[in-house]
Amino acid sequence: MSDPRPAPLLVLRGIGKSFLGVRVLDGVDLDVAPGEVHAVVGENGAGKSTLMKIVSGGYAPDEGSIELAGEPRAFRGPRDAQRAGVGIIHQEFNLLPERTVAENVYLGHEPVRRGLVDRREMLRRTDDLLASIGETALPADARVGRLGVAQQQVVEIAKALALDARLLIMDEPTASLADHEVELLYGLMRRLQERGIGLLYVSHRLAEVFDLSGRITVLKDGRRVTTVDTADTTADELVRHMVGRELSSYYPDRAGPDDRGPVRLTVRGGGNKKLRGVDLELRAGEVLGVGGLQGAGRSALARAIFGAAPFTTGELTIDGTPIRPRSPRAAMRAGVAYVTEDRKGEGIVARQSVLDNALLASRAVFAARSGRAARTVRVRELLAAVEVRAVDDDQEIRFLSGGNQQKVVLARWLALNPRILLFDEPTRGIDVGAKSAIHDLVRRLAREGAAVLMISSDLPELLGMSDRIVVLRDGRVAGELPAGATEEDVVALAVGTVREAAQ
Amino acid sequence: MSGISFLPARRPVPGVFVALTLVLAIGWLVVEIDGGQLFNQSTTVSLLHVAAGLGLVAVGQTLVILGGSLDLSVAYVLSLSTLVAAETMNGRDGALLPAIGLALTVSAGVGLLNGLLVTKLRINAFIATLGVGLLLKGYLDNGYDGPAGSTAPSLVQTLGYQRVGPVPLSFVLLVVVTGAVWFTLSRTRFGHHLVAIGGDPEVARLSGVRNDRVLVTAHVLCALCAGLAGIYLASRLGSGAPRVGTEGLYDLESIAAVVIGGTALAGGRGGVIGTVGGVVLLASIDAIFNQLEVDAFFKQVIRGAIIIAAVAIYARRALRKADS
Repeated sequence: MSDPRPAPLLVLRGIGKSFLGVRVLDGVDLDVAPGEVHAVVGENGAGKSTLMKIVSGGYAPDEGSIELAGEPRAFRGPRDAQRAGVGIIHQEFNLLPERTVAENVYLGHEPVRRGLVDRREMLRRTDDLLASIGETALPADARVGRLGVAQQQVVEIAKALALDARLLIMDEPTASLADHEVELLYGLMRRLQERGIGLLYVSHRLAEVFDLSGRITVLKDGRRVTTVDTADTTADELVRHMVGRELSSYYPDRAGPDDRGPVRLTVRGGGNKKLRGVDLELRAGEVLGVGGLQGAGRSALARAIFGAAPFTTGELTIDGTPIRPRSPRAAMRAGVAYVTEDRKGEGIVARQSVLDNALLASRAVFAARSGRAARTVRVRELLAAVEVRAVDDDQEIRFLSGGNQQKVVLARWLALNPRILLFDEPTRGIDVGAKSAIHDLVRRLAREGAAVLMISSDLPELLGMSDRIVVLRDGRVAGELPAGATEEDVVALAVGTVREAAQ
Repeated sequence: MSGISFLPARRPVPGVFVALTLVLAIGWLVVEIDGGQLFNQSTTVSLLHVAAGLGLVAVGQTLVILGGSLDLSVAYVLSLSTLVAAETMNGRDGALLPAIGLALTVSAGVGLLNGLLVTKLRINAFIATLGVGLLLKGYLDNGYDGPAGSTAPSLVQTLGYQRVGPVPLSFVLLVVVTGAVWFTLSRTRFGHHLVAIGGDPEVARLSGVRNDRVLVTAHVLCALCAGLAGIYLASRLGSGAPRVGTEGLYDLESIAAVVIGGTALAGGRGGVIGTVGGVVLLASIDAIFNQLEVDAFFKQVIRGAIIIAAVAIYARRALRKADS
C-alpha cells in the first residue's frame, strides 16, 4: 500500500485536550483521505469519543490544529462543523420519531416555495438522496419512529448528506444493529466511499474494522500509539497496541482454594433487551470480575440481577432457590446489594447527610418503627468500620470526596447484611489512596463470606482484584478467564478476536 | 424491530373523533329515552357557541404545547381582552376596528412577555405563565368589580348572535382560525420547527433551528387566540367581563381539550384538528348533561374522569409503542 494518496480531506495535528486538569488527549495526529475509511480503535477511555467530538465541533481543542480540505478550521460548535461539511452519526440517533423521514432529513433547511414549505419537493429530494445511496426501499414519508434501528441510521446518514457532508464520523455504528443489518451498513458505507466521502469509523469491534477500513489509528490513554495500513496488520498486533500498562498498584491477596464457599448465585440463560443467554455462577468468598467494552452488557447484567431491569428469560437462583426479582426492593430482600456505576446520579442523595445516605436502604426495606435506634447505631458502626472521613455524620454528603462518598454507599448496603454484592465501577473517579482502601474492603467482604461481582473498565483493577473474570461482548458471555490472565486476554475476548471460548 | 413499515406518517382518525361519535350516539340515545331532544336548534346552537369560545383558546394552546411549552395565562388574557375591547368601543360602532386592534395588540404583548420569560430567562413555562397570569389577575381584581364598557352593537349582532343556519358566526371563525393554524403547522417552516422543538429541542437546535424565536412566536400566537376569544365573549356578553376567563376555566379546559385531542403534553406530537375534536367533545358532554339536568357537581366529576381516561389511553399507547 505505497501508492500515493489523494490530498487529505481532514488533517489533525497535535490535538490536545484536558478536562479539569486531566489530560484526555495528547498530541494526536490523524488524517483522512476522500473516499477512505479510517478506523479509530482503543480501550474504554482511550480518548476516541473526545477526539470525535473535537472533529465535529462538540469540543474545542486546547492545542493543535484542524484542517478540512486544506483550510484551517476552528469550529465554534456542532452547527459550524456541519456547515463546513462534517457530519457525525452518534450511537444515539438525533432524530424526531414523530416526524417523517423527509421532515427529519430537511429539518432546519426545508425547501421553500413562495414562503411555504414545499412538501412535494422535500419528499422528492429525500427520495433522490436515498436512491443515491442505494436505499430505494425506504419511503420518504414514513414516520421515523416506525422504522427499525438500521433504517433510522440510514435516515441519519441521509440527514448528514443533505447538508453536503464531506467527512462522516460514525461512532460505533453497528452497536445496535443485528447481523444482517450490519451487512447493509457495509454496503452503504462502500457507496459513500465511492462518492468520495471520507469516513472516520470508531469501533470496538476489530472484525468490522478489518472488513471496512483502509487504515487504523490506535489510541491509548489519549495518545496515538500508531497508524497502520489495515492490510499490513493483524488483530493480535492491534490488541497489543491497545493494552500494555504497568501493573504497579498493590492489590489485596486473592481468595485461596479454601476460601471459596458454596454457590450463592446462578444465572442460566439469562436474557432481556440487552443480554442474551447469560450463564453465570457466583460463589461465596470469591470476587468475580466482569470485563467487556462499553455497551457489552456489564451494567445490564448487574441491573438484571438487582431487579432494576430484570431478566425476561432464563433462570436465576440465590442459594439454590429459584427467584425472579422484579424490583430492586425484592432483590434487596433476597440479599443482593448493588453499588452503581453512576455515583452522583444513582448512588448518593447529594444534599442529604452522611447518616441519611447510609440509612437510605435500611429505612426503605425495613418496617418504619421497629428497631430504628438499633439500626442507627449499627450504621454508625459501619460508617466507622469503612473509615468514612467526614466532619460528622450530619455533614451533607456532597462535601465529601468521591472515595468517602463511595464508602458511605457501601455502608448503606452493608447495613442490609447482603450475601451478594454487585459493584459497578467501584473506584471510578476516586483517588489512589481511597481506591486501595475500597479494594481492601471488597476483599474483606469476600473473605467474610460475601459473594462479590465486580464490573470494572480499569483493566489493572479487574485483573488485580478478580479470582475469575467473565468477559461480556454484545450482551453475551464471550468467555471466562482464570486469575492471572493478562490484559491482552481480556481485550481479545472483549473485542472478539478469539472465538467464543465458553459457548 | 426489523419489520419495515410502509405506513405513511399521516395518522388515521384521531381517537378523539371515535370518542366524540360514541358520546354523541350514547348521549342522543339517553336523552331520547329521557324524553328530550339532543339535536334541536337551540341545543346545537348553544353547543357550538360554547365550542367556539373554548376552541379559540385551545387552538392557541395547541401551538405552545406542541412546542413543548404551556400557557396558563390565557384565562386572564381573555378577560383582559374583553375589557380592552368593550371599553374602547364604549358602545360606538365607529370604534370597532381600533378596539379589536388594541385588544389583540395587548394580548400579543402578553404573549411576547410569556415567550421571552420562557426562552430568554429560561423560566419553566408553567411558572412563567402562571406568574404573568397572576400579574394580570392583580390588575383586573384591582381595577374592576364587575362588567365594564359596552360592546359595539354591530359586533354583538354579527359575531355575537348571527348564524348561518344552526351554525353561529363565531364557530365559523373558529373553523377559519383552526384551518389557518393547521396550514401554518403543516406548510410553514415555523410550523415544522415548532413541532421539532417540542419533539427534542436539542435535535432542533443542532439542525439549525432558532428555538427561541420560534417559541416566542408560538406564545404570541397563543395569546392572540386568547385575545380573539375575548373579543368574541365581549360580543356575547355586551360588555367587558373581568372574571369571565377564570370562571369559565378557560386555562385548564383549554389544556384538557388539547390533551384529549391527542397532542402530547410534552410536545412534538399532535395537531390542531384533534384539539377541535376535544373541544367539541367537552361541549357535547355539557350539552347532554344540561339536557338531562344532571347535577353540576356530578358533571364536573364526569369531565374529570374523561380527561383522566383520555390521558391514560394515550399513555398506554405510548408505552406499547416504546415496547414494540
